[in-house]
Amino acid sequence: MPDTHVHRAHHFQDLGKQVHAERLGMWLFLGTEVLLFAGLFVGYSFYRTLYPHAFAEASHHLDTPFGTLETFDLITSSLAMALGIHFTRTGRRRLSVAAVALTILMGLAFLGMHSVEYRHEYLEGMLPGQYYHFAELPLAGASLFFTMYFLMTGLHSLHVIAGVGVLTYLCVRTYRGAYSPAYQTPLELGGLYWHLVDMIWIFLYPLLYLI
Amino acid sequence: MSQSAVVSRRAGKNYLNVETSVKSWLLTRDHKRIGLMFLVLNVGALFVGGVFALLLRFEHLSPGPTIMDAITYNRMFTLHGVVMVWLFMIPAIPSAFGNFLVPLMIGAEDVAFPRLNLASVYLYVAGALIALWGMFHGGADTGWTFYTPYSSMTPTKVVPILIGVFIIGFSTIVTGINFIVTIHTLRAKGLTWMRMPLFVWAIYGTSIIQVLATPVLGLVLLLIALEHSLGLGIFDAARGGDPVLFQHLFWFYSHPAVYIMVLPAMGVVSEVIACFARKNPFGYKAIAYSSLGIAFVGFFTWGHHMFVSGQSTFDAGAFAVLSMLVGVFTAIKVFNWVATLYKGSIQFRTPFAYICGFLYFIVFGGMTGVAVATVSLDVHWHDTYFVVAHFHFIMVGATLMAFLAALHYWFPKMFGKMYNEGWGLVSAVLIILGFNATFIPQFWLGNFGMPRRYYNYPERFQWLHVASTAGSTLLFFGFMIILIYLFIALRFGRRAEWNPWGSRGFEWRTATPPPTHNFDQAPVFTHGPHEYHEPHEVDLA
Amino acid sequence: MNEFLRRLLFLPEQASSVAPGIDHLHYFVIITTMLMSAVVGWTALGFFIRFRRRSEIETTPRIEPGWKFETLAVGLPLIFFLAWFWMGFHAYIRLATPPPNSMEVYVMAKQWMWKFSYPGGPNAISTLHVPARRPVKLLMTSRDVIHSFFVPSFRIKQDVLPGRYTQTWFEAVEPGRYQILCAEFCGTDHSNMRGEVVAMRPEDFDTWLNEQRRGLTNRQDMAASAQEPVPPLTDMVEQGRRLAVAFACVKCHTIDGSPHIGPTWLDLYHRQERLANGDTVEVDEGYITESMMDPRAKVVAGFNPVMPTFQGRLDGPDTAAIVEYIKSLRSERINPTPSGGPAYEPIRGR
Repeated sequence: MPDTHVHRAHHFQDLGKQVHAERLGMWLFLGTEVLLFAGLFVGYSFYRTLYPHAFAEASHHLDTPFGTLETFDLITSSLAMALGIHFTRTGRRRLSVAAVALTILMGLAFLGMHSVEYRHEYLEGMLPGQYYHFAELPLAGASLFFTMYFLMTGLHSLHVIAGVGVLTYLCVRTYRGAYSPAYQTPLELGGLYWHLVDMIWIFLYPLLYLI
Repeated sequence: MSQSAVVSRRAGKNYLNVETSVKSWLLTRDHKRIGLMFLVLNVGALFVGGVFALLLRFEHLSPGPTIMDAITYNRMFTLHGVVMVWLFMIPAIPSAFGNFLVPLMIGAEDVAFPRLNLASVYLYVAGALIALWGMFHGGADTGWTFYTPYSSMTPTKVVPILIGVFIIGFSTIVTGINFIVTIHTLRAKGLTWMRMPLFVWAIYGTSIIQVLATPVLGLVLLLIALEHSLGLGIFDAARGGDPVLFQHLFWFYSHPAVYIMVLPAMGVVSEVIACFARKNPFGYKAIAYSSLGIAFVGFFTWGHHMFVSGQSTFDAGAFAVLSMLVGVFTAIKVFNWVATLYKGSIQFRTPFAYICGFLYFIVFGGMTGVAVATVSLDVHWHDTYFVVAHFHFIMVGATLMAFLAALHYWFPKMFGKMYNEGWGLVSAVLIILGFNATFIPQFWLGNFGMPRRYYNYPERFQWLHVASTAGSTLLFFGFMIILIYLFIALRFGRRAEWNPWGSRGFEWRTATPPPTHNFDQAPVFTHGPHEYHEPHEVDLA
Repeated sequence: MNEFLRRLLFLPEQASSVAPGIDHLHYFVIITTMLMSAVVGWTALGFFIRFRRRSEIETTPRIEPGWKFETLAVGLPLIFFLAWFWMGFHAYIRLATPPPNSMEVYVMAKQWMWKFSYPGGPNAISTLHVPARRPVKLLMTSRDVIHSFFVPSFRIKQDVLPGRYTQTWFEAVEPGRYQILCAEFCGTDHSNMRGEVVAMRPEDFDTWLNEQRRGLTNRQDMAASAQEPVPPLTDMVEQGRRLAVAFACVKCHTIDGSPHIGPTWLDLYHRQERLANGDTVEVDEGYITESMMDPRAKVVAGFNPVMPTFQGRLDGPDTAAIVEYIKSLRSERINPTPSGGPAYEPIRGR
């Protein structure tokens, strides 16, 4: 029996105000996430100007084709998520569930691909800080590149895992009919989070893999 | 505000006694109960941090070992800083008084996200417990600033404290998001931005800083924890890293953090002065906009903590001039507050006594802030007791006075009881005197050359240290007296009237203490708060 | 007046050339602070009394500020603050710029002591002998954590970092003893990490320095192989020479001018080198150190980029010793420039 109850919290004057408040809150939260990563981007830029050769050469040793695949995967998953919201807005619940489920699967695929990458780096000795023993690249600053790489992609992957968790919860709720054309804000907010995770990767990818 | 919004006094039922089970408190979504829980937790933290401070002062009675060894001393000043900054100063006024008052002041039933608000309490508790666990196992000895490389190599228990503070950071962020959304979306009909109480403006500015700055703290604490446990080398010179990068990232948060501490205090001052001078706030717009100005400019001044750290001369100059600019906003507020007294009708009560202390301390502390922002002078003062005295003047002298003013001003509103006014004034005087006796010698110590975080010190500094310790004992007595008479008031105090101060602040429209849903029907606003130029039927003084 | 205020404010003696200027700005700022606090305080007090609540007056006039008040409230503090910024920043530039003829001393900080090395001269722990009335420049680095070199009587302070050189300078106006304190928390014995600057009359200092160097006439043989540890010697140049052999620098860099795998060290210091990317660089301490730590950063034209990095293998003091050794390799054909540290332009007009 689908659950179609639309919840308006008693302290909001009307549903429109509540939705506006929920969106504002989510955007503020996304702002905090951007600032969290900003510190790492600052560190990366600083060390890059200090060690331009080492960073450029170390970046060539990352698996760029894999990274490109991961990028396509995440961007497509964002499309799937946007479709999921669209389908709920137009009343097509089953399609919505499918789209969100696809997003989750692609998110998991991203994590899988990235684990393969990490394993490769582990075997080659391209590890952060004191664990660095990649003989091909003994430059000062090379170990620092990999420190930044692991920190940035690691933090990002943690956020992907969190996103997968959130989307799973939202997928189940959608299946149970909690959302409708009248109210689907939680799904929208989950989508916003997923888009942020995607966007952070879009910045990480060129900085780490391409230049 | 229209008369029809006056709340009828249903016998006895208010937010405190509507339900009294433990579960109803632990799972509450009432912003007033949440504010009260924060108040209790924060006062507890203040006590713990205060005891550390007193022990540190006793250690300084003699140049060599007095009551503890060097490692204990180093741990104790670290924990004093951590507890005071993150467990008390940052949350105190926003999470305790902000939570209680902001919905009342804007005519709302609650904050925008009540469940998130409850989560902020538990995040605070979780973080505090983890940090306390670390403290009981020795705790860190790095100073609350965790400078690397020392924090990366110290054998002490840094990581639990870093994790604890990281989690408390989430509590701060959640609170900030909640207030911003509440102020944007839950203002009652007729309450335009320019009619909002100045306390709400202050909380708004504070929340912006909380939301933007705290994530950077989270990141930098995470990096230090990883550096310490895994030797990542991100700040390690031998691996190509730069220890000064840590300082930049740390102070990028920690300088705005001091504005998180002081802005809400300034909001309290605006409310208390307007009430006890019975006068509209002079320069309402200037005070409101300067709150935003402090929030904005404060983000660009962090390098003044690093004048001698090895940054370039150009950087030093840039940060110096920006630091001067941010001081102007405080000056604007002080002039406007004093001008509010002109042609007012001033009633001297305990909250107002604390505001007097505040005014003196913020001018003195603020101007010594401008002094340390003067680069050539800061070279001598950096990392000496002059800086310690400066920031204690602002944090304790100004912010803590405002906290006590808030506590005494809103005590009847929150608890429905009145405290003994005589003892209130006595302890205010003791605290103001004790504070001066503690921290003015520290300005001299700093000038003289006494560095911070020194366990042993050269003998010539001793008598100034003894004077400072004597003052701290007086300060401690003052606080103990407050604890006692407030407890007595809670238990045996006489019932407070609806509006004992005759205040025309909006929070005094509803019952004392307020019912759970604040208002029987949504209020409608027709003018700003603290309008005393016309007789008003609904003063209920 | 200066003396009266100095004592009132508990400032230490003004033992350096910059101290009186700094203290005068200090007096200006603090006196203005006191005056402003007094004005605000007395005004407030006056208002308390004049406008105390005389009866249950219900109303007070609603007063809004005019633009004149707000302009004054903003403008007056701003003028003072910017004036102090200006004066302070100028003084700071002077503090940060050593005079061109400063005598150099290397400072090495480690938990929990200070070590001082004179190029070509002795080492000392905790005591820094300097000539009074001559500028002294300190080139400082740390072995472990961040420390800070603080001499209250000189009004100078500078953080000392691992992996980097920071510098400060002073000129003691009178012979005397002045305490050094560590001013950045560095661990358990931070408060015991003290030292002393002993300023001597210039002629006494020269005598002292020569005496110290005469005691160093014993030279040991070159270390036979890279495996033998290089014992610390008091002469930085000699120590640098032994390190250059121990770390096999001389396998690629000759010291007699002949071309080899890397640029020759003879007359390297202050040479104008042409880099592979077309830029020109003047060889100074910074460039030499950078070449050791990040050799690919600025490769000299005509040489292959095969030099390995010594980051993490050479610590601060050893690097400085090698730099001093390179600086000492001067042929007689070229006029040696006086040792002036990293190339910079002194500020005109003092």
